[in-house]
Amino acid sequence: MDRIDRRGFLECMAWAGTGVVWIAAGGVLSSRLITDASAADAAAGSFTFVQISDTHIGFKGEANKDAAATLQQVVDRVNGLRPAPAFVLHTGDQTHGQKAGAFDTVAEILKTVKTERIFYVPGEHDVFLDGGKEYLARYGKGTVDDRGWQSFDYKGTHFVGLVNVLKYKGEGMGSLGDEQLEWLEKDVAPLSSSTPIVVFSHVPLWAVYPQWGWTTEDAERALVSLRRFGSTTVLNGHIHQVLRKVEGNISFHTAMSTAFPQPAPGSAPAPGPMKIPEEQARRMIGVTEVAYVPGKHPLAVVDSTLG
Amino acid sequence: MKDDTRALASYRRGVVAVGVVTLLIGAQALAATPPTIGIKEFKYGPSILTVPVGTTVTWVNHDEEPHTVTSGTGAFSSAGLVNDDTFVQTFTKPGTYQYFCAIHPYMKGTLVVK
Repeated sequence: MDRIDRRGFLECMAWAGTGVVWIAAGGVLSSRLITDASAADAAAGSFTFVQISDTHIGFKGEANKDAAATLQQVVDRVNGLRPAPAFVLHTGDQTHGQKAGAFDTVAEILKTVKTERIFYVPGEHDVFLDGGKEYLARYGKGTVDDRGWQSFDYKGTHFVGLVNVLKYKGEGMGSLGDEQLEWLEKDVAPLSSSTPIVVFSHVPLWAVYPQWGWTTEDAERALVSLRRFGSTTVLNGHIHQVLRKVEGNISFHTAMSTAFPQPAPGSAPAPGPMKIPEEQARRMIGVTEVAYVPGKHPLAVVDSTLG
Repeated sequence: MKDDTRALASYRRGVVAVGVVTLLIGAQALAATPPTIGIKEFKYGPSILTVPVGTTVTWVNHDEEPHTVTSGTGAFSSAGLVNDDTFVQTFTKPGTYQYFCAIHPYMKGTLVVK
């Protein structure tokens, strides 16, 4: 990738949307902006992966007239990474309300990502119309009982993808359900407490703003089974902005959307796409750098936006 | 005097006729503009609406976020509506129909058909 100065980089990021690169080195997770990961980060035994979220293909609104174009720009950035990410996590809401043809468009664009594999979890936009039929037909294979949740190990780190949008309850909160929680407890039971854990799901597994449904009602039971681990990182989407929280050894992060921003919790009458000019929306997509150190160290977070 | 009486009777018939015509026009106007429920900022407006049996109701989503009009009993269900998409449903049976948005279940509405 050509060297560009910081200002130029921020400007590019502002209109390109964003993805987050996660770097694991010796069990320590840290995150960088997708354009900022360089060969210098590729220490022996480390690897990188990328989180993409809330691509909302089919969205057309004031803040973004072409969500496919901004996703393509993010993919182009990912493809500029050296070394290439080991894999990509998509944390849901691929489509905007299961708009016809949207899954195909996402698949078409993500086919061009230079990585070994892309792991998915669904967002409520991907499943509400048909109870997840189309999503699971496409992405259920290889997951637990073809139901969408899954775990895998990569270079000593244990990754768990959870589905919390198929059992929406009365207040619209995410929900994991007893069967998935029981599976999770069994899945992590044999692991040593020193195993770094990464959990990814669409709706936050912490109470960001329950009034807007920005929480998972039965997440506590999942977290109980993760508390004994020295390093757990929880990656979510859904709220289209970066928020973070540290609770003991568990570090929570929410990712930005590649399509449009949503208002800060409680700052508007309702959630949903912010109705702002594209130029302003792209500034809000912004830039975040997070460094995670297991144990008792706090997160080091740097957020940069234009303006 | 007789002429005056006839004239008055004629005038009264005219008033009655005008009144009937006005009622008919009113009924036609009502039939031509069936009730519409707007969806804005994650709310159905009005959230409670009463209509006569046989009424066709239209929902319009003005949000950029998709919403649905989904009956709690499965009586009717829209697709995902977005950017001024509409959902039209005719209600031929009296009753109280509770509905919600399948994507945001805390959005709730009630339609009373009498």
